[in-house]
Amino acid sequence: MNGTNLFKIALKAIANNKMRSFLTMLGIIIGVASVITMLAIGQGSKQSIKQNIAEMGSNMIMINPGADRGPGGARMSADDAQSLTLADYQTIVDQNKYLAAVSPNVSSGGQLIYGNNNYQTSVTGVSQGYLEIRQLKVESGDMFTDADIKASAKVCVIGKTIVDELFPSGADPIGQVVRFNKIPMRVVGVLKSKGYNSMGMDQDNIVLAPYTTVMKRMLAQTYLSGIYASAITEEITQLAIADVTEILRTNHKLREDEEDDFSIRSQEEISSMMDSTMSMLTLLLAAVAGISLVVGGIGIMNIMYVSVTERTREIGLRMSVGARGIDILSQFLIEAIMISVTGGVIGVLFGFGTSMAIKTLANWPATVEAWTVVLAFVVCTITGIFFGWYPAKKAANLDPIEAIRYE
Amino acid sequence: MKPIIELEDIRREFIVGEEVVKALRGVSFTIHEGEFVTIMGTSGSGKSTLLNILGCLDKPTSGEYRLDGTPVRTMSKNQRAILRNRKIGFVFQSYNLLAKTTAVENVELPLMYNGEVSASERRQRAITALTRVGLGDRLNHKSNQMSGGQMQRVAIARALVNDPAVILADEATGNLDTRTSFEILVLFQELHREGRTIIFVTHNPEIAQYSSRNIVLRDGKIRDDELNPNILDAAKKLAELPVNDD
Repeated sequence: MNGTNLFKIALKAIANNKMRSFLTMLGIIIGVASVITMLAIGQGSKQSIKQNIAEMGSNMIMINPGADRGPGGARMSADDAQSLTLADYQTIVDQNKYLAAVSPNVSSGGQLIYGNNNYQTSVTGVSQGYLEIRQLKVESGDMFTDADIKASAKVCVIGKTIVDELFPSGADPIGQVVRFNKIPMRVVGVLKSKGYNSMGMDQDNIVLAPYTTVMKRMLAQTYLSGIYASAITEEITQLAIADVTEILRTNHKLREDEEDDFSIRSQEEISSMMDSTMSMLTLLLAAVAGISLVVGGIGIMNIMYVSVTERTREIGLRMSVGARGIDILSQFLIEAIMISVTGGVIGVLFGFGTSMAIKTLANWPATVEAWTVVLAFVVCTITGIFFGWYPAKKAANLDPIEAIRYE
Repeated sequence: MKPIIELEDIRREFIVGEEVVKALRGVSFTIHEGEFVTIMGTSGSGKSTLLNILGCLDKPTSGEYRLDGTPVRTMSKNQRAILRNRKIGFVFQSYNLLAKTTAVENVELPLMYNGEVSASERRQRAITALTRVGLGDRLNHKSNQMSGGQMQRVAIARALVNDPAVILADEATGNLDTRTSFEILVLFQELHREGRTIIFVTHNPEIAQYSSRNIVLRDGKIRDDELNPNILDAAKKLAELPVNDD
């Protein structure tokens, strides 16, 4: 007896009972299709959230003055709030190993005026690196230069919302001078619009100026309200945080037993939190869908069991012409596996179709990933073996003498 | 003549509840190559039990059984399955063909369980066997498109296809009308003349007239075992039968 023959025999048995085989498959088809669809929706949502975060700058690292005491532990002394300085920024720029860009962050609130229009906003003092960190692009004009920073030049780059508020007539803002708290500033660039972020904040309500300008001309302070940086890749964010922590601790001459007088947070933390929440949700969806797969499997067992009883004489005949127990067992097992795997194939196609339909019609993000298809096949095969085993064993254990005369 | 079947003091006991039923109480005989033996007996005489043992479907409680020189009693279930596959051809009363399956596929069945036979050889041997039983023109008829006589011919072809040492027929004409029964009997006689060894279990005494030897069982023992000096020709009898006009 060889495998090909067993395969032929099993195929023949399925073909002889097309309707029943199809109905048995239906359970598996629905099960697999729903698992694939649910996973596709889960994966799709996860990706779309990930993308949103990446647009905000997924590699972003935020360094703030003052120890991180967590919620309720506020003990902000004046000392704490001033613990980050330009010297820290410079050291990080010089010594960091894992950062793609670093920028100081100081901010001053006030009124921005042009002609008879005005808008309440704040000016953020940064270096050019800020553009990369926040994934911003200059749409027209240019970013300010190193020379501007050195000279504390009164220049600024503005976002779309500011343009709309101050230049409602549609005039080109480049080269115009706006006034911020009486300080005249020349607009050198306009940022490309980013719209609202996933927390509902307007990302175009932004005015960027050289940090030197904000520190000296507006705030007259020597410390920074924060330092923003971005790791070279998302994966090494934790390394970058450790690196920066080391640099700052050395710079602040902190002893081993002293707490950090600054805190570092990364976008990645938020991202991974979102990720795990979504994973759990996906798993939940898949588990619910998985139940229908199990029900489908029980359907297979039920039909195979009936089939063994119904085909008792056939089994007896096969045994009397020389089929061994293992041949009968294999035949029924192969039948069960073929039904479940064929059901799986149809289910995958069906699930794929449904996912695409949901994507196009309902505009939900849905992505069928290769591993979910592989998973579906593995689960189907296991389902076939698991639920086919008992009926197959029953068939193999029949007594040929009784089976051949079974009425 | 080579002995095909050697039975030495075969006993078979069943335990039913607390009672021991002795189905066979010491049966011994030897069947040589080329014999056409009918085994007769009333129900309860033990002929079914004997048939099961001869067919290697069952094992005797004691005594030795050698099929074509191979001792069967010590064999495992799987070894007996392989032995059945290579040495025995079964013909049953109720044909036992696979449903919705063509004649040629039905005949191929025993060879499906023999890994040494290739697919093309299997097909060829099935066609040869079907041609031998006169169904060369009905190779692809399905079992439900055939008459009882035709189905029994397919079953005989299936029993021939593995070129067995012995053909075991269990009431092979029991479900057929007189005329068709004789047609089948003619076929068995032809096979006998070709040198096949045939054991035909029946309770119909008429059939014994067409075999070369008759063994009669009663209460698990052999009551009679004699050669038939005057074998009737089934073909002649068939010619004398009135033709079915329906």
